[in-house]
Amino acid sequence: MPKVIFHHDNDETDVVESPDGTSVMKVALQNDVAGIVGECGGQAMCATCHVYVRDGYLDRLPEISEDEEEMLECTAAPRDETRSRLGCQVVLGPDLEEVEVDVPTSQV
Amino acid sequence: MCPPPKSEAATTSVVVIGAGHAGVQAAEALRTMGHAGPLTLVGDESAPPYQRPPLSKEHLDTADAEPLPLRGMQFFAEQRIELCTGASATMIDRSGRRVHLSDGRQLPYDSLVIACGATNRSLPVPGSDLEGVHSLRTLADAEAVRAAMAGCDSALVVGAGFIGLEFAAAARKRGLPVTVVEAAARPLGRALSAEMAEHIAEAHRSTGVDLRLGTGVTAFLGDNGRVRGAIGTDGTEYTADLVLVGIGVVPRDELAIQAGLTVDDGIVVDEHLRTSDPDIYAIGDCASFPHPLQGNRIRLESVQNATDQARHVAAAILGREDPGGYRELPWFWSHQGPMKLQIAGLRLPDDRALVLGDPAEGKFSVCSYRGERLVAVESLNRPADHMAARRLLAEGRAPAPERLDDPGFSLKVFARALEPTP
Repeated sequence: MPKVIFHHDNDETDVVESPDGTSVMKVALQNDVAGIVGECGGQAMCATCHVYVRDGYLDRLPEISEDEEEMLECTAAPRDETRSRLGCQVVLGPDLEEVEVDVPTSQV
Repeated sequence: MCPPPKSEAATTSVVVIGAGHAGVQAAEALRTMGHAGPLTLVGDESAPPYQRPPLSKEHLDTADAEPLPLRGMQFFAEQRIELCTGASATMIDRSGRRVHLSDGRQLPYDSLVIACGATNRSLPVPGSDLEGVHSLRTLADAEAVRAAMAGCDSALVVGAGFIGLEFAAAARKRGLPVTVVEAAARPLGRALSAEMAEHIAEAHRSTGVDLRLGTGVTAFLGDNGRVRGAIGTDGTEYTADLVLVGIGVVPRDELAIQAGLTVDDGIVVDEHLRTSDPDIYAIGDCASFPHPLQGNRIRLESVQNATDQARHVAAAILGREDPGGYRELPWFWSHQGPMKLQIAGLRLPDDRALVLGDPAEGKFSVCSYRGERLVAVESLNRPADHMAARRLLAEGRAPAPERLDDPGFSLKVFARALEPTP
């Protein structure tokens, strides 16, 4: 099963397996991963599921849509031009069987 | 699953009635801001707290029936939030400062937050209790609608509001014939500009929705207890084996009324979201509050309103409220098929509507002005306009109406030009 590795600021790590088709945001909410809020329910509307994707996975991600691009300019923690994504737009599947992300210290 | 209330509280205790977006966010914010005492969250549904907005959107057209949780279950334990699901509050005893629950328990409180939301307005016509006549608000409602969509031949929607049109788009995506009847002359109520509402109406018609405005339903027709159609107010007979009634909501104010709190289309609160009892607050869909941008009392049904009010009320309970009162900019969204509608601010029917962009491309915004002041921006598939509008409206630094005629004018560029250089 695909998995997401969440790295936290305090050096703790959550490793969570989840089925194909699940977004990184939903994986976090369903499995009590701290630091991801997902206030809008995955509509790319609130920028509270911001993550920094680690190098090595970036080229496997879908293109950033116009909606996501605009929301990434409004994140609580600073945007990283190459690594910042919204967790609701990063979906596990055959092209992304594993992804490692750093969770920002603030989302709201 | 709820432990018995503690007999003595070392510090103040807070009870939150309602485990939707507002209630859960209030509980979390109380802990984040340092509330150390007992904290109980009461929810009358049996499911752990979940997100409602997806229920009328992607939940209807994806295979994944799992609702999106508001928080994981460990969260409540880790934050020492006593979560009482499947229990409803039956009475607020203000003199004894206790909330009575349906299972007989009593929860003492020093501060009480009412966040019990709203219920769907029912249609008082014959046949509305037939099997196959649905409404959509809770997870149980959504599961019934999903199951009904799987085996139905045609759908009738009563009410062209957000829920009705989101459902209509999902039903068309599945290839179902869909008729929508709406009593008003245009969809989405008086809150939306005519320019945007008419564009959305045409877009639904172009995908095959039979949208009929200025008409309603006088009765549902059934066979053996199951709906098979409806009679319209103009005598038209509709055939449908799935009916969705989406004609708005009524605030859940019965607890407040019984407790003697002031109620007027929602539980009346002041600028700090306090009810007429200073130890009791009300937030979210059930609260009627004064909004400085609107100049009158309003009640809003949105995630933004629920979560922003929740954060404000947590600060107020802890004695750290913003002295200016609650004044966050309202914003909303709706997904209807390929249309992503985003609204920032609040308009009134007489506000002047100026269109930015080309509606023919399916991407444009409507800027509403009250005199010279921008009060709301509705954006269709223009997220940059929406995000800029939220900043500009919140800061009160919106462009004068004549600026919109500048060649190539963009809200995003205008907003960026206002930002201080680092």
